[in-house]
Amino acid sequence: MDTQTYREIAWNGIWKQNCGIVQILGLCPILAISTNIVNAVSLGLATIVVMAMANLVIAALRNFIPYEIRIPVFILIIAALVTVVDLAFNAYLHELYLVLGIFIPLIVTNCIVLARVEAFAAKNEPGGSTVDGIAMGIGLTLVLAVLGAMREVVGSGTLLSGIDMIIPGAQPIVLFGDGYPGFLIAILPPGAFIALGCLIAGRNWIEARKQARLRANPPATPTEPAAPAEPA
Amino acid sequence: MSEPTALGLSARTGSVMVAFTVVFTALMAFTYSATKPQIDASAAEEKMKLISEVLPPTSYDNLLLDDYAVLGPTRELGLDDGGRVYRARQAGQPAALILEATAPDGYSGRIDLIVAVRADGSVSGVRAVSQRETPGLGDYIDPKKDKDKKAPWITQFTGLEAARLPQCKVKKDGGDIAYHTGATISARAVTNAVARAARYAADNQNRLFAAPSGSSL
Repeated sequence: MDTQTYREIAWNGIWKQNCGIVQILGLCPILAISTNIVNAVSLGLATIVVMAMANLVIAALRNFIPYEIRIPVFILIIAALVTVVDLAFNAYLHELYLVLGIFIPLIVTNCIVLARVEAFAAKNEPGGSTVDGIAMGIGLTLVLAVLGAMREVVGSGTLLSGIDMIIPGAQPIVLFGDGYPGFLIAILPPGAFIALGCLIAGRNWIEARKQARLRANPPATPTEPAAPAEPA
Repeated sequence: MSEPTALGLSARTGSVMVAFTVVFTALMAFTYSATKPQIDASAAEEKMKLISEVLPPTSYDNLLLDDYAVLGPTRELGLDDGGRVYRARQAGQPAALILEATAPDGYSGRIDLIVAVRADGSVSGVRAVSQRETPGLGDYIDPKKDKDKKAPWITQFTGLEAARLPQCKVKKDGGDIAYHTGATISARAVTNAVARAARYAADNQNRLFAAPSGSSL
């Protein structure tokens, strides 16, 4: 695969097919964890590692997996890889594990991993599949970061609370002073749905404006190149 | 290739599934055994760090993690499956008990605590080991989540004297312990669990210190 294809895969993962706000996949961990930025980004980073590994391994093994039983085999491989990552983090990156530890097992429940394996890694080269896993993971991390920031600012009036677990001595930013009573609905699950709805609306608005501009001055050559294999 | 029979297809996919299961289970087993010593070492280190938060390391001189008694299910401590009591000793004399205790009535389920009770019956310190209280609301019982970093809520129990233990209730229940408005349940659960654990330690002190190390009570 050439650089052009890789770039397209990356753009797909981060914007065009963003799993959080376009595919709307993996809502369970997204909504549960995005109560502040530090948690949200931590989960995102752990997901990037697992998605890259799952896509790489399954793309490499794709010719050995019978079509009829591909889903159980995928789940088996993803669960095994998550366990290995969990144990390896615990043993060799213990400080990081204390922060990410509770999130790693949650990734198994994230259907975006299975979705990318099924939709991309099972049909493509290991190299492109790894890039797809990383790009999808980055897209998810960005959504999680914005969602976490929105909910944290509105809900508790701080930013980056818990940062001292990652950078010792760092202080969270208090935005509205110590007297801020908090806005509970932003912290609770309904706030997550509302914030995610706003993000989806924002993305649709940007896309709609882009479409309108494209209609107003049509380009001489089609700027939209064909996306790589991307089933619904 | 001719159409495979149902039996042939089942046998083939079944054996592939078994092969994948064996390979990936082996991978997990290998990683588990390779990382176990490292993980056990960090778990012990973490436990010591947690204990040092509730009991200053200068107040005892024995190997704390090796000097423990195993408790069966204990209602007073909220332990349904039992737990451990570590015995801190200074020059062979009882110094403090470190108890695992659970508050079963948190807002979102159980709150696991460690409570250090000195030999004179006073509470040396308390920490929440695991809790699922509402983020930003009830989770201030964990000093890592408490916004008041200078005097986290849970430090109210630090150095709580034995004479004041009857007042170890939240203010709403007529006691001394302050709590955050709107999140009484978490504070009350922890406070009552601490009071129960301190009473249990005082009532059973001799028995707990006398038990041989590693023995079950």
